[in-house]
Amino acid sequence: MSPVAWVPCDAAALSVGADAVAAALEAAGVTVRRNGSRGMLWLEPLVELETDRGRVGYANVEPGDVDAVLSGALDDGDRCVGVVDEHPWLARQHRVSFTRVGVTEPTDLAAYRAHGGLAGLERALTLTDEQVVAEVTESGLRGRGGAGFPAGIKWDTVRKASADVKFVCCNADEGDSGTFADRMLIEGDPFTLIEGMTIAAVAVGATEGFVYLRSEYPHAIRTLRRAIDIAYAHGVLGGSVLGSGHRFDLDVRVGAGAYICGEETSMLDSLEGKRGEVRAKPPIPALQGLFGQPTVVNNVLTLSAVPMVLADGGAAYAALGTGRSRGTQVFQLGGNVAHGGIVEADFGISLRELVEDFGGGTASGRPVKAVQVGGPLGAYLPPAKFDLPMDYEAFAAADAMVGHGGIVVFDDSMDAGAMARFAMEFCAKESCGKCTPCRVGSTRGVEVIDRIRAGTQREANLVLLDDLCTTMTKGSLCAMGGLTPMPVRSALEHFPEDFGVEPAAAEAVTDDMPESATSTPGGARP
Amino acid sequence: MRQRGPSPAPAPAPADPERAASVRSIAEQLAGVRGPLLPILHEVVETHGHVHDDDVPVIAEVLNLSRADVLGVVSFYHDFRRTPPATHRVALCRAEACQARGAEATYAAASDRWAGSTEVEVGEVFCLGNCALGPSGTLDGTLHARLTPDRLDALTEEWVR
Ligand SMILES: Cc1cc2nc3c(=O)[nH]c(=O)nc-3n(C[C@H](O)[C@H](O)[C@H](O)COP(=O)(O)O)c2cc1C
Ligand code: SF4
Ligand code: FES
Repeated sequence: MSPVAWVPCDAAALSVGADAVAAALEAAGVTVRRNGSRGMLWLEPLVELETDRGRVGYANVEPGDVDAVLSGALDDGDRCVGVVDEHPWLARQHRVSFTRVGVTEPTDLAAYRAHGGLAGLERALTLTDEQVVAEVTESGLRGRGGAGFPAGIKWDTVRKASADVKFVCCNADEGDSGTFADRMLIEGDPFTLIEGMTIAAVAVGATEGFVYLRSEYPHAIRTLRRAIDIAYAHGVLGGSVLGSGHRFDLDVRVGAGAYICGEETSMLDSLEGKRGEVRAKPPIPALQGLFGQPTVVNNVLTLSAVPMVLADGGAAYAALGTGRSRGTQVFQLGGNVAHGGIVEADFGISLRELVEDFGGGTASGRPVKAVQVGGPLGAYLPPAKFDLPMDYEAFAAADAMVGHGGIVVFDDSMDAGAMARFAMEFCAKESCGKCTPCRVGSTRGVEVIDRIRAGTQREANLVLLDDLCTTMTKGSLCAMGGLTPMPVRSALEHFPEDFGVEPAAAEAVTDDMPESATSTPGGARP
Repeated sequence: MRQRGPSPAPAPAPADPERAASVRSIAEQLAGVRGPLLPILHEVVETHGHVHDDDVPVIAEVLNLSRADVLGVVSFYHDFRRTPPATHRVALCRAEACQARGAEATYAAASDRWAGSTEVEVGEVFCLGNCALGPSGTLDGTLHARLTPDRLDALTEEWVR
């Protein structure tokens, strides 16, 4: 029998040459199977060889290494990471949503079932719609796209609305720098998302669903489309979901390179074939969403937590986590980090554990200067803040946000003033243009930061920046303009020297940080 | 384009009837889906490389929209490019996580190297979801990691400068 090797087909693994490794293994007579990535991205391509002990991993394999992998010549060195399931980096995590990612072949429905898949949907189909929503409410599951809004409440609003047609839309726009969990879930275990969306549809009485998937993710688009076809062929989707009589049709729609289309109402307009401009709320999408119909809009990770919630019960999920942040969060370590990748852990884990214990510090080996948590609209935090627990409320209280769980690490060569400028510049570039504080304020923000950094009337311009940030925070229609001040103010607060500013002068600007999640303009996103 | 027969002053380039027929067929095939405009525009770019000004009235007619509506959508999204792509395309990520790993140096080197080139176009993107292995970018659509200026050089060695 020929040896069996697993080579990830995840885009990150492909970006460092996994396909060539797979081809070389096949040429050497090995049976190659393709999995998603385990999320230990610094080890990619991570090839796993099936043995009596389990799947043994070899890190950073190149085509020329294939003979050494097969002959055992690497077994005593650093490149062999042992039985992958027992790797300490994985063993210390709590994989719930990502339990199958990297383990199974992404579009193998039988393997999905064998590893616990479809149990949640099967149970949901034995419950009333009200009971399904009650499980989700009890789980305490909150939106993973950024705003942390309770999923159960949203679902119940859609469930109670009466309409001829209702929709479930998955937000897979994942535009935040430093986030890639949506992509890896879709590429590594797409049936989990399909199952979560189907449960949502059954619970709220929706018959049609869309996944709005960004065009920057061609591999995810392909894998998800294939998985949907397979789900139809096996009666998971279509006229009678698992024979229940519920209809649910699901389609993938591809974004077109606009960051703002991650904002849910902009996404809905884009799905309708319009410019992705943000809608004023109310009406909320739960009542008047896609084509004016009641619509569930949830992030990939929110929906992907649902199968487990239904399979094991809401109480089991609610037993994990801390405070009002229940369950697990799929954290993503990126940027200048030694051990970047996916860390799924219960809420409450500290930033320090993530950055230092899992991340292993910077990739450059230099000291960590700051991390940005929660994407381009999130705060920059210095190591002095690393004891913060990952918890929506604790972060909001620290003028920061958990967001989609992305953590970007910077070493001491980072220029916080340049990053603040970039935040304004990015906002100017990606603003949908609908409201003035964001459209004009961001452009002005770039100019004002330039003047501060150049030392031109620094005091006066600091006051101006403060005003500008306040106007953007208070006057923007959505969180794009509303939260851009967060990275700007946090950079200035923690690293005033990068603006050429004395710490005391910076204080005036940073006193008035954007307010917490719940008071965000438009309520779209903390 | 060569002109046939005696032709007075330079006339505007005649619309390409073959292309118009193809665009019409794409639009007609997708017209029945919900919110068909984005899928149609994606397909046009996929098939023809870009959305030409002449494609707009064709799509507008099939969908029963005004030209301004279609143009408004085309111009809103980065993906719906309105000029043909160069022979080779470099798209480099300039978002935060890649900046933390030196993306700006790579972008500057690439912009420099291919300044004025008609063969190679250099563009920026904001996050490709490969944020732990940056600087990331795509070369003719294929994703690459750890794109230092040197590695970019090596990977594009065979391209015309
Ligand atoms: C500028 C902006 C960009 C956003 N981008 C995303 C995104 O890429 N993915 C996402 O799920 N939510 C994004 N959101 C949040 C959505 O508006 C919305 O809150 C979310 O999709 C709701 O799903 P959830 O409750 O499951 O998080 C964004 C919000 C804003 C203001
Ligand atoms: S804040 Fe910016 S992105 Fe949001 S609606 Fe206003 S202009 Fe559009
Ligand atoms: S920030 Fe460059 S790939 Fe995500």
